[in-house]
Amino acid sequence: MAIEKFSKDHEWIRVEGDIATIGITVHAQDQLGDVVFVEVPEVGRKVAADEAVAVVESVKAASDVYSPVTGEVIETNGGLSATPGLVNEDAEGKAWFFKVRLSNPAELDALMDRAGYDAFVKDS
Amino acid sequence: MSADPSASAPLRRTPLYDLHVSSGAKIVPFAGYDMPVQYPLGVLKEHLWTREKAGLFDVSHMGICWLHGPDHATTARALETLLPADILNLQPGQQRYSQLLATDGGILDDLMVTRPEGSERDGTLLLVVNAGCKDADYAHIAKHLPANVRLEVDDAHALIALQGPRAVTVLSKLVPGVEGMSFMSGRFATLDGSPVHLTRSGYTGEDGYEIAVPNTAVAAAWKLLTSSPDVEPIGLGARDSLRLEAGLCLYGHDIDTTTSPIEARLQWSIQKRRRDEGGFPGADRIRAELANGPSQRRVGIKPAGRAPAREGTEIQDMSGRAIGTITSGGFGPSVNGPVAMGYVESAHAELGTPIQLIVRGKPLPAAIANLPFTPHRYVR
Repeated sequence: MAIEKFSKDHEWIRVEGDIATIGITVHAQDQLGDVVFVEVPEVGRKVAADEAVAVVESVKAASDVYSPVTGEVIETNGGLSATPGLVNEDAEGKAWFFKVRLSNPAELDALMDRAGYDAFVKDS
Repeated sequence: MSADPSASAPLRRTPLYDLHVSSGAKIVPFAGYDMPVQYPLGVLKEHLWTREKAGLFDVSHMGICWLHGPDHATTARALETLLPADILNLQPGQQRYSQLLATDGGILDDLMVTRPEGSERDGTLLLVVNAGCKDADYAHIAKHLPANVRLEVDDAHALIALQGPRAVTVLSKLVPGVEGMSFMSGRFATLDGSPVHLTRSGYTGEDGYEIAVPNTAVAAAWKLLTSSPDVEPIGLGARDSLRLEAGLCLYGHDIDTTTSPIEARLQWSIQKRRRDEGGFPGADRIRAELANGPSQRRVGIKPAGRAPAREGTEIQDMSGRAIGTITSGGFGPSVNGPVAMGYVESAHAELGTPIQLIVRGKPLPAAIANLPFTPHRYVR
């Protein structure tokens, strides 16, 4: 069963085996508003935890998307560049940004679960 | 958009604040006010709605003031010492765009000047200035007025803007006759039983009206206008993307004390008589720039890809030399792509000149583009 975690930067991460799928949360897309541009990292890029690796832009502003974990990018969601609005429609589903092969699964322990993230959003 | 410079100071609210909140607006600090940046429709749809139908904007944070003098010539000549537009030859009911200038020709603020209709108001001018500049503007203007011309700050009126191709249809049902007004004209009228002043002008590139409504009546007027199925309330987010596509300057971003009206390509707003006679702050510099060309110019910029280039982005020529900076940039919903404007060295200002924009450290191809990005649809 997939492990689902959330970062304080409003990314979600779903882990099956040593592969993590990462995107931004429904709350994050709601804060951003209409997403008009997405830039995903290149496949093969080594990323460190909390490193800015992707970009999401709404009509008003550009925001970095951070990798919550260390590893190697093995796949990206190429469809997002053609249909960035998918981030607004299905942020925690079809609008995933990239997949990472974990090199340090212990990093997941520092992230929040759904209940923890919901409480974090409510307090912020 | 301007960030609020004094985050600790209490933010002011317009008379429409409660209505914005109850209609689900997202509120942000802007120029010292709590303002709606978007409504539930969202920036993209609000923008497109305004271009297709009609959008209603709360612009009550802007400053309204009146100049009162003994006769039009006296008041006009007093104001002409501060700005380069021909106010003397403004006819009753006519409106003009201009800029308050510093002594070096830099722009202190941009504003709309209307000579109100009616012989009983001879000697009166109506000014609308930017929210973030209004206190400084009032002090500046008052300081330079002769003893027989008086500045009256108008805190009793809210300002709303109805913009878009359906604005005329919607408003003419409530205020018969506004369909006959031409672009950049103003008149007094009655809206929903209240005395209002309206001008056929705006900040979107679309046909539309700006309406000064008594504070006490503006909520009712807002509800009446938004009860039309053609009208949606529109926030500052779409206001910014609409004006950017329309190639209109935002003070503090595209124009400020470091830019002259000629660099900003606002020479159309300096009428011939003023060019010939001078007599406004910075006249020497401005006349020299008109004669010889300025060293930098405001231009439209079209990024080639999908990535927006935001304010502050460095502009380089194709050899990698810095030639300017983007002053407004983002996504144009009607263009359906990124749009920007900024300043470049005049040698690179020609339409179609290839340039590159340094976004997140990488050069993105772009070109100098025509302004506006979307054609103006003013009713002349």
